[in-house]
Amino acid sequence: MFQQDRLSNEITLFQKIKNLDYILLISVILLSILSVFVMYSTDGGEILFHTKNHFVKLAVFFPLMIFVAFFNIKFWHNFSYIIYFIVILLLIYVSFFGIKSSGSQRWMDLYLFVLQPSELMKIAIIMCLAKYFHRIKIENVNSFTSITIVLSIIIIPIIFVISQPDLGTSILIALSGLIILWLGGMKIKYFIYSFITFLISLPFIISFLKPYQKLRILTFLDPDRDPLGAGYQIIQSKIAIGSGGLNGKGFLKGTQSYLDFLPEKHTDFIFTLFSEEFGFIGSVGLLILYSIIIFRIVRIGAISRSNFARLFCFGYAFAIFIYIVVNLSMVLGLLPIVGSPLPIMSYGGSSMLATMIGFGIVLSAKINHKQMIA
Amino acid sequence: MIKSNSGIRKTDVINRRMFIIGAAKVVVFVGIVARLFSLQINENKKYLTLSDKNRIREWKLPPTRGNIVDYFGNVIAGNLKVYQLHIIPEQVENFNYLLVRLKNLLNLSDKRIARINKLKAELKPWDSIIVSENLSWSQFVKINNYLYDLVGVKPVMTISRNYPFNDVYTHVLGYVSQPNEQEILENEIIQERFVPGMKIGKLGLEKRLENHLIGTNAIQRYEVNAYGKRINQLEHQKGEQGSKIRLTVDTEIQKACGELLNEKAGSISVMDIYTGDIIAMYSSPSYNPNLFLFGISQDEWQLIRNNPLKPLINKTLSGLYSPGSTIKPIVALSALENKVIDTKFKVKCTGKMELYGQTFHCWKEKGHGWVSLKNAMKQSCDTYFYEVARLLGVDRLNITAEKFGLGKKVLGDYFDNEKKGLFPNTKWKKNNLGKGWVLGETLITGIGQGYIQSTPLQLCMMTAQIANGGFAVKPKIIVDSNPISYEDAKQSMESGLFFDANSEELIDKKLFKNQRNIKIVQEAMFASTNERFGTSYKSRIDDPKYQFAGKTGTAQVKRISKRERELDLELEQIPYKDRDHALYVAYGPYVNPRYALSIIVEHGGSGSKAAAPIAKKLFKLIIDRHDLRNKQSNFERINV
Repeated sequence: MFQQDRLSNEITLFQKIKNLDYILLISVILLSILSVFVMYSTDGGEILFHTKNHFVKLAVFFPLMIFVAFFNIKFWHNFSYIIYFIVILLLIYVSFFGIKSSGSQRWMDLYLFVLQPSELMKIAIIMCLAKYFHRIKIENVNSFTSITIVLSIIIIPIIFVISQPDLGTSILIALSGLIILWLGGMKIKYFIYSFITFLISLPFIISFLKPYQKLRILTFLDPDRDPLGAGYQIIQSKIAIGSGGLNGKGFLKGTQSYLDFLPEKHTDFIFTLFSEEFGFIGSVGLLILYSIIIFRIVRIGAISRSNFARLFCFGYAFAIFIYIVVNLSMVLGLLPIVGSPLPIMSYGGSSMLATMIGFGIVLSAKINHKQMIA
Repeated sequence: MIKSNSGIRKTDVINRRMFIIGAAKVVVFVGIVARLFSLQINENKKYLTLSDKNRIREWKLPPTRGNIVDYFGNVIAGNLKVYQLHIIPEQVENFNYLLVRLKNLLNLSDKRIARINKLKAELKPWDSIIVSENLSWSQFVKINNYLYDLVGVKPVMTISRNYPFNDVYTHVLGYVSQPNEQEILENEIIQERFVPGMKIGKLGLEKRLENHLIGTNAIQRYEVNAYGKRINQLEHQKGEQGSKIRLTVDTEIQKACGELLNEKAGSISVMDIYTGDIIAMYSSPSYNPNLFLFGISQDEWQLIRNNPLKPLINKTLSGLYSPGSTIKPIVALSALENKVIDTKFKVKCTGKMELYGQTFHCWKEKGHGWVSLKNAMKQSCDTYFYEVARLLGVDRLNITAEKFGLGKKVLGDYFDNEKKGLFPNTKWKKNNLGKGWVLGETLITGIGQGYIQSTPLQLCMMTAQIANGGFAVKPKIIVDSNPISYEDAKQSMESGLFFDANSEELIDKKLFKNQRNIKIVQEAMFASTNERFGTSYKSRIDDPKYQFAGKTGTAQVKRISKRERELDLELEQIPYKDRDHALYVAYGPYVNPRYALSIIVEHGGSGSKAAAPIAKKLFKLIIDRHDLRNKQSNFERINV
């Protein structure tokens, strides 16, 4: 084991570059390029604020991904808990000193850009739980202590995020955490029991929701009840996607977005614009690109020797999957509107930062897939 | 369990569970693709339509009203290009500066400026504000010269209603103006085609024929953004002008009527005695309908409203007058038809008649002596007609009078201000006044005074029906889809039965029992105008081409007191309000008659002095235009 450690430490820069997963890398690059073009379209076919900023963020965070990848996976394993705690501290910080905007307090000003710690938590929770399940004996997974600990790891950040308030991100954090519990060997019956409990307590949960959140659920069930108010976003989004047809209206020709009918077209509803302009073919193409990325991440997890890397990759692949599903279901009118960005495509620094760090760790796992971690 | 196995077992668990997740992922992605498929492929049409609905906004433009032409095709209500000035606030750099410039250039009032500022606050910045609805050509040129300095100002050319003959046709056509809310709600077609700035008929035929005249909107399609701002124009759909309406009226005669009644209150109606075509229908004084197009000014409106000659009243249709002696042909006819009198029947006129202690005066104080029907009619002897009425009774007189159109609307529902007038009988008085009929009332009904009330058009129709030999005519002012020539009308009339194409039934057109009686009345009317001592002898035309027969009438507007009768004041000495109305009904030419007319001059004094001379001037023109009119009859046919 010692020898293994030593060997992996001796991997040269050249070998690191050689061991990168190029299919994943190319897919990410393709996605990034596509995202810049779509952002250009949201700016009405001009290089304006969003296009510029999006490009700059890609230009900074893409190298950061490679930088993260060049750290040994063991390093990320070692720092998982610390990173988790740092992000918790950041969440505490924003809950007191964060920037307020449109009724919620979830950002901190870093001068260069505004950071949303809850986005980082999406990665941190996977790292933290992956490390926990990596270290714990399989026999103890379902012990009372361990269940208490893992639930605490999930619930603590969620409390902070939900109180921001940010329902969308907290759901994504919870789902990312729960998937590691599942992968880590938690008994199926616990999941079934909790799901039943969740269903039973659903009316109580709904009664605790904020009025605007209740409205979103009602709107989801019947968007036409208030077509110019609460239902406007989802109706316009469906119109945009539906009118795209097989081939789409063409790049820069999406009338719904060009004429400002689409809300939030830079961020949560970016897929709507993409789908209007590129149609069914383009949308399925984008899904295939995402599928390739998810598949590559799963593959890297599967070839990893350490359970930490394996759990992280599987967890992260699922997280990416769930981001996409939640976002697309929302814009397609399959789920109520919860704020959730589409990875890489959506405008937003923190989300991109977290996603790129995630890819970086996955690539680090690829480079060091033979690395054993005690 | 061995420690190293624990790691392997854990890996197995992870892999197994990952496999389950992987399968779930595939299912979910397939689900999303299915949803995309259903939206983008299956329901593509639906959403494409919705997307177009979103982005395409239609702007309706005011429809162009159909023209109204006279019998000869002259446009009497048309459309004119007008120049307007619009401001588009979002293009204006300095709004206040612009207003100051415009105020100086166009002499805008402070009130107008305040109104523009108010509109600016109410409207969206890209909606245009109408500064001036109707610029004169010189103002339009001025604005165009200074356009470089007037950023955000748009000179616009549009179409507006125009009445080229100004006040000549006001009471026939009415006028158009901006509709009020109720008018929009009441008419579905207006509701559908309404756009701000559109004008609708407010009165007369413009109102009655609204649905034919209105036309369809031109439609401009624009692409708009989510806030409703126009981005670019897509297409233009032309509107259809409203139907053209051809009237039976003759502008030359109508104009002459206006000139003849200049500065008098009164009315002239001229009718074709066979076809029922209304050749002229003028109510005096009139007013200029063009004033209403762009909103009449308060001063001008007050001037029209407060004019003591009451220009707003259409006297031809809503003016109710005692017919006076013009009723005498009907009284005579009724008496003849009922065999109460014959041509030899004579009455001695002593200037008055006593009945139950009440005195009924003849207009001629000294009396006419023994008079027969012809002489009584000729000199308009009241005593004779008192006696005839007494013998006849009001109920029999009423039957004849109503047959000839008195007490009924002449044009039916074409004008909602038309009054039906009143021809009394004993039953009417019992029902409406609750009192029994008094014989004295029969007497004054016999000379066209008392309860009896008629419109000038009724008197015209009455005369027409005597003139054509006693046949019913159907008066009309619009040339309908099957215009009948006067020969055909005459022929069908003289056959006594008429096939009405609209109701598909045979109508008995005969209004008499014995046509000889009509002839007697005609001869008496001829004598009245063309024989010495006739009341309108001075207004006769000897040329047989123009020779006409008529009956004067002088309607009292108040009871004449004994003192006034003794004074025998000249017209100028009586206050205007108390002067008699002058009436005249006539038809001509006497041989082969064609046209009937009625003239009323309010407070004009006696019929022979004030009304009959007008007929003399008019008949020449009417008959001179007869040939022209005959040639015109197969002009275009218009469906209404």
